[in-house]
Amino acid sequence: MMEDKIAAIRAEIEENISSLELSAALYEFRKSFLDNKDGKISQLMKGMKDLPKEEKPAFGKLVNDLKTWAIDKFDEYNEKIKAKELEQKNKDEAIDVTMPGVKNEVGALHPDTMVIGELIDIFAGMGFEIYEGSEIENDYYNFTALNTPKDHPARDMQDTFYVSDDFLLRTQTSAGQIHVMENKKPPIKILSPGKVFRSDDDATHSPMFSQMEGLVVDRDISLADLQGMLDTFSERIFGEGIKTRLRPSYFPFTEPSVEVDVSCFACGGKGCKLCKGTGWIEVLGAGIVNRHVLENCGIDPDVYSGFAFGMGVERIAMLKYGINNIKALFESDTRFAEQFKN
Amino acid sequence: MLAPLSWLKEYVDIDVSAKELEGLLFSAGFEVEELKEVGADITGVVVGLVETCELIPDTHIHVCQVNLGEYGTQQICCGADNVCVGGKFPVAMVGATVYATAKDHVTVEGVMTIKKGKLRGQESNGMLCSGTELGVTEDMYPGAGYNGLLVLPKDAPLGMDVKPLLGLDDYIFDISVTANRPDCQSIIGIAREVAAVLKKPFKMPDLSYHTDGKDIDFKITVEAPELCPRYIAHYVSDIQIAPSPAWMRRRLSLVGINAISNAVDITNYVLKEFGQPMHAFDLNDLENTEIVVRRAKENETIVTLDEKEFRLNPENLVICDKNKPVALAGIMGGLNSEIKDTTQDVLLEAAKFARDNIRRTSRALGQSSDSSQRFEKGLDEYTTQLGMKRALHLMEEIGCGKVSSAHFEVSAGNSTDAHPLTVSVRRMNQILGITVPNDEIINCLDALGFAPQIDGDDLHVMVPAWRDDIDDHVQDIAEEVIRSYGYHHIVPTFLKEASVTAGGRNADQKLLLRVKKTLCAQGYSESIFYSFFSPKDLDMLRIPENAKERYAIRIKNPISEELSLMRTMLSASMLNAVVRNLRRGNTKGRFFEIANVFYPKELPLNAYPEERKHLCIGAFGDSETFFTLKGALEALAETFAIKLTFTRSTTTFTHPGMTAAISLDGQEIGYIGRVAHDLCASLAIEKPVFLCELDYDALRPALGKALVYKPVPKFAVETRDLALVVGEEITCAQMEDAMTESCKYLTKVSLFDVYRGKQIGEGKKSMAFKLVFTPDDHEFTGDEIDKYVKKLLKKLEFMLGAELR
Repeated sequence: MMEDKIAAIRAEIEENISSLELSAALYEFRKSFLDNKDGKISQLMKGMKDLPKEEKPAFGKLVNDLKTWAIDKFDEYNEKIKAKELEQKNKDEAIDVTMPGVKNEVGALHPDTMVIGELIDIFAGMGFEIYEGSEIENDYYNFTALNTPKDHPARDMQDTFYVSDDFLLRTQTSAGQIHVMENKKPPIKILSPGKVFRSDDDATHSPMFSQMEGLVVDRDISLADLQGMLDTFSERIFGEGIKTRLRPSYFPFTEPSVEVDVSCFACGGKGCKLCKGTGWIEVLGAGIVNRHVLENCGIDPDVYSGFAFGMGVERIAMLKYGINNIKALFESDTRFAEQFKN
Repeated sequence: MLAPLSWLKEYVDIDVSAKELEGLLFSAGFEVEELKEVGADITGVVVGLVETCELIPDTHIHVCQVNLGEYGTQQICCGADNVCVGGKFPVAMVGATVYATAKDHVTVEGVMTIKKGKLRGQESNGMLCSGTELGVTEDMYPGAGYNGLLVLPKDAPLGMDVKPLLGLDDYIFDISVTANRPDCQSIIGIAREVAAVLKKPFKMPDLSYHTDGKDIDFKITVEAPELCPRYIAHYVSDIQIAPSPAWMRRRLSLVGINAISNAVDITNYVLKEFGQPMHAFDLNDLENTEIVVRRAKENETIVTLDEKEFRLNPENLVICDKNKPVALAGIMGGLNSEIKDTTQDVLLEAAKFARDNIRRTSRALGQSSDSSQRFEKGLDEYTTQLGMKRALHLMEEIGCGKVSSAHFEVSAGNSTDAHPLTVSVRRMNQILGITVPNDEIINCLDALGFAPQIDGDDLHVMVPAWRDDIDDHVQDIAEEVIRSYGYHHIVPTFLKEASVTAGGRNADQKLLLRVKKTLCAQGYSESIFYSFFSPKDLDMLRIPENAKERYAIRIKNPISEELSLMRTMLSASMLNAVVRNLRRGNTKGRFFEIANVFYPKELPLNAYPEERKHLCIGAFGDSETFFTLKGALEALAETFAIKLTFTRSTTTFTHPGMTAAISLDGQEIGYIGRVAHDLCASLAIEKPVFLCELDYDALRPALGKALVYKPVPKFAVETRDLALVVGEEITCAQMEDAMTESCKYLTKVSLFDVYRGKQIGEGKKSMAFKLVFTPDDHEFTGDEIDKYVKKLLKKLEFMLGAELR
């Protein structure tokens, strides 16, 4: 009688379990047999109390065997169903990985800021402080103190915007040299980036652009030091193996004055379109600070000497990034800005 | 500065090619901007002898047999009227290149290559050429101006290339002369440098002359020596006005000057050769044989050679006879005393006028000339003397007139001699950073005319009289030595003697970069716009007449009205950029700019204005809202741990319902808003545009606060979501403030939804907030939080009429 019941339960489980497909259904099915209160196998256990004492051990073993078998059976099926379910879930969740990502759009720094940043990093490592002067400058600082008195022909080199008789839009960041030297005694190493203005507006000139001025004043500073420093600068900004070439030029506030060319980084100096076949690219002007400039700032030119250099930030940016139109730098076209994210 | 090779060769023995010379000049500081071969376009043209010449009946064309020497005899058809048997002409052979001319045979239309052809059935293997077809003018070669064949000399060898014969193998150097070397604005100046780079002697042009002309009595007075430190006049009699000789006309032509007549050409020639402007007066027009150099009287007038009348003032220097101005000093002669075909007696003038005065007068009157441009660059008085001598020599040489002994020279006493200078060799080498061998120092300076001598550490030189740029210190000499010795001799060193210094950005500079990077991270790209803008930009933003922004610094000489005011705000530039982007089809974008605005203390400016950094942000496109832009500001505030407060406000150019004033610690520092609909319409903007401008300098001190760590709370935070129904007039800020005040443990309140609908009721909205409670010394229980919420709700109901939804 009891044996029949056990066989029936076994058969019921065997018969139905394979048709179950969801783990929730399996759970319910399992509960219908193993639930402590209402489970069919638990009921069998409870029915044992009505059996004669001597039959109890044998029957108890049978029920226990059944229980063990059932648990194994349920566990086995549970594994199978879980695996199937996971497979289905993964299938359902599969995505088109080529669809666009969700991103936080980032903006770009202006190429001038990037170049100035790079220059500052290079020169800060050599001990240069950063000084930023004002855009509106006194005629004295922009010209006179830089050995360019009124009606000096060198003033014709730069078309100046005046805002009053004595004030102008600075034409060169060199104006900062004087402010620094008036307030600081050697050793001086400063880098002065900023906007400058010239009354020139055509395809290749912008009435506003940026310059970066550098000044070193100390004992025994020489032209050889200038070239050594510029060699390091050129390699860092344009790449390994770039060389510099000095050639004579003229600026009122330096003497000797030089134009500094770097070997063409596009062709390695063989001559190409970028360097107009010369193998060299003009990047900056420099020279030994003119003694009168030091005197104007109360620095004894017999004790100290110095060099100064100045470069066009946009020119460096245009060379570095291959920008072909200076005007594009001041237009904020989204298609321009997009290219400078980094 | 144009310098023909042939002219330079007159004074220096040049034994290198034009190309090599270009390189040498470049290394010495004279950049050749263009090296132009005079006959660059002409090839394959040789001397030919016309041996037979037969007219094709009923045409103007002759069939010629032309002997080309080594190139054989060729049949060539020719339509020129001066073709003749026995004539020697330039022959462009098949394959030659010459200028193509229009039907008038005068207008050049480009370069053509000669091909075999047939004219009226007759074969033609080449072309007989005119001067125009070879690019040769009458001034360059006598007879070349004839509208027909250019006739070559009888002795020209057959088959010879015509280029050397016609001077087409010459080169012209267009040299960029730096402002410190006005002496090199002349052929002799360049020739001196050429001599120096080639280490060859410089041969001074012939300055000699005989005084066999009539003598006169003449009076020269210089009343303004400060404007005219030297005035030289010399009388030349028996003037025979005629064309100048071919060589002079050719040289003038190569440097772009048309020959006029011998007397005038001499003045131009000396200007080019010596860089000394000259003037010739017709002596008969000078009243009372007298010259007075003086400042013009107020409202005095003069008519210059080009028949323009000028009203003068005492700032202008004039050359006068007894009564009237006869020349605008250094700029242009007067019409009343010009050289005429009938001129018999000439007073030649060579002077030095102060460059700044010439410059000012020339600018003020809007009148300039080769002469004034030369004076503006600066001139030395030694050259003034040389120039006069050279002019007198030429007067005699080309038979223009007889030089008298009537020479007048008035000077303020400046020396025209070389002067001594001694500098330290050691100091010079120290500036260069290398040791230039003493013999090299001597070589370099000797070639440049400095007559150097070294005595121990003393380097003695004589500074040439034409080198006004030498400022009498060691750096001048160092420059001369190194540009001659060669910069390639410098061995780079790396600040070997310099002190160690601490470098890098200061705190403000670092901060600025961080702010920029924070904004980039929010999707905004950095812009740089011009520091100047247009009065129209202020009009565009409807800035009222009395507003601070209207008190802008005006550029006295702007490029245009559009770029005439220094910016007092950045928003206009940003809005213009948005419009530009939309016009170019860019439908969305985000930008920011940090730049100076300029506030004058008073106008016109007589002190430095206040330059303040502003931050302007712009966003446009369909996905932008007031809150996307506000979010960027909040991110900025969060990054730098500051609190910005937004209160409803208005501007003249933003949407009245979508504008807020931005404050920091109770101080208003800017605005944020959507660009007004009507303004957008007038700018044809069809996308929403949002702008914000802040006084960055007001913000900056708050940004720089030091970072101080607070320990992370020990106990877990508790959150509650509350949906509250309030009247439409209640703002989010009011709700947030009320809640925050009600409970000290409430550390964060954030709105996450606003709902309006029937269930909520007319004129009401439901605002859903997430509340974060942070315990300090014990774990919160649910009951505790409920108690706080209850208290909070009570307060909200009382203060703002809020009800729990």
